[in-house]
Amino acid sequence: MPTIVFIEPGGKRREVRAPVGLSLMEAARQQGIAGVLAECGGACACATCHIYVEAARLRQLAPPEEMEAGMLENVLERRENSRLGCQVPITGELDGLVVTVAQRQR
Amino acid sequence: MNPTIMIIGGGQAGAQAVDTLRREGFADRLVLACDEPLVPYQRPPLSKKYLSGELAADRLPIRHRAFYDEHRTELMLGARAVRLVPAQRRVVMTDGAELAYDQLLLCVGARPRTLTCRGADLAGIHYLRNVADAAAIRGDIRPGARAVIVGGGYIGLETAATCRALGCEVTVLEMGDRIMNRVVAPEVSAFFAREHRARGVGIVCNARVVEIQGSGRVERVICAGGGSYAADLIIAGVGAVPLTDLARDAGLACDDGIVVDEYCRTSEPAIFAAGDCTNHPSPHYGRRVRLESVDNAFEQAKAAALNILEKRIAYDRVPWFWSDQFDNKLLIVGLSAGHDEVIRRSGAESRSFSICYLKNRELLALEAVNASKDYMAARTLIVARARLDPAKVADPHCALKEAV
Repeated sequence: MPTIVFIEPGGKRREVRAPVGLSLMEAARQQGIAGVLAECGGACACATCHIYVEAARLRQLAPPEEMEAGMLENVLERRENSRLGCQVPITGELDGLVVTVAQRQR
Repeated sequence: MNPTIMIIGGGQAGAQAVDTLRREGFADRLVLACDEPLVPYQRPPLSKKYLSGELAADRLPIRHRAFYDEHRTELMLGARAVRLVPAQRRVVMTDGAELAYDQLLLCVGARPRTLTCRGADLAGIHYLRNVADAAAIRGDIRPGARAVIVGGGYIGLETAATCRALGCEVTVLEMGDRIMNRVVAPEVSAFFAREHRARGVGIVCNARVVEIQGSGRVERVICAGGGSYAADLIIAGVGAVPLTDLARDAGLACDDGIVVDEYCRTSEPAIFAAGDCTNHPSPHYGRRVRLESVDNAFEQAKAAALNILEKRIAYDRVPWFWSDQFDNKLLIVGLSAGHDEVIRRSGAESRSFSICYLKNRELLALEAVNASKDYMAARTLIVARARLDPAKVADPHCALKEAV
């Protein structure tokens, strides 16, 4: 089971063991990672699971689809490595990935 | 004895209240009573990916079971409250057990409105609120089964899309002159009606169900005027009723929901309420509202928890809603009532557009069909009470956030 490292908005580092197939958002929400509100539960409807993915490993992720891209254009504090956690499935390849949760979701 | 906060209701609101109370440092006794025998779970997928089988049951819980233990929360599953005694700060449960609280949070939700016509008690008639309902519907869905959906609102149309994708013959009977007539613009209704019909879902408007026929089990739905629809299963999505009995019997003010103030407090000072069950003020819109949405459950529970901890935070959020039907996403932000101007914005492609509602040029609400960028822009603009330039709003080449 891959381990994902979440950096909470307060700076706290938490390692979460996450089953392959769940999304980054689900792994974070089930464990109660601070700052991942995930109000819509993964429907790509709320943009409250905004995260920053370790830039060097971005290419290991499939790029955002149109709905996510549209959301990301207008999230707060958008960066090059912004993603919505609900749209990123966890794979074995992502073991050890460092994910920083956005300071503010809305 | 340590102070006790008790939460009744294990939906999105109840789970969120636990999270906020602990995060904000409440260190004493916390009890969460859920009438279902399940750890709090997400309801939105029940009509969508859970019903279709795409989302497994183990992905429904909002938090792991272990989260409640780690946060020292006494999770009472399958525990229903039957009576509140505010004067003594006690809750009586179905088994007669009595629990004392210092502060109580009601997150009791709503129940589906039920059909009352002749034949409404036949087997094969479903409503959708919880996992058990969804499981029962799944048990009746088979390729070729004739599913008649009563009500062309969110629940009806989402389940129609899911049933169709699973191979059912689907007919939606809507009482009004168009689907989703209470929540979206005519053009949005027309768009979704076309999308459903293109995939073989029958949409029948102005169809009032007067009788359901069958011997023991549903066989046929009869409408006023004589329309008749063969049915192997029926799903009725005809609205929800806030669960106010517990509160009303205890003497709490209720009026289309449990009445709370902007601090989520009921008429009883030690009792708060949040989520679908409340009737609450919306400072932004200047009127009282009752909202059935996961966003409201989430945000109002957070506000209620903060106010229980005496943080004095007024609950004032602009609500939002969404619906997935086939591969279309409808995103709604704000409340459109009171608008004096409606502007359509074309989207990037033919199946994408937004409807903007303005009042004195202030953006009140927006309905986005496959247009997530406009929706996100509107969330910020509405909160900021931005006044927009109608010509720019109508110009698809001008980003909505620049249309001020």
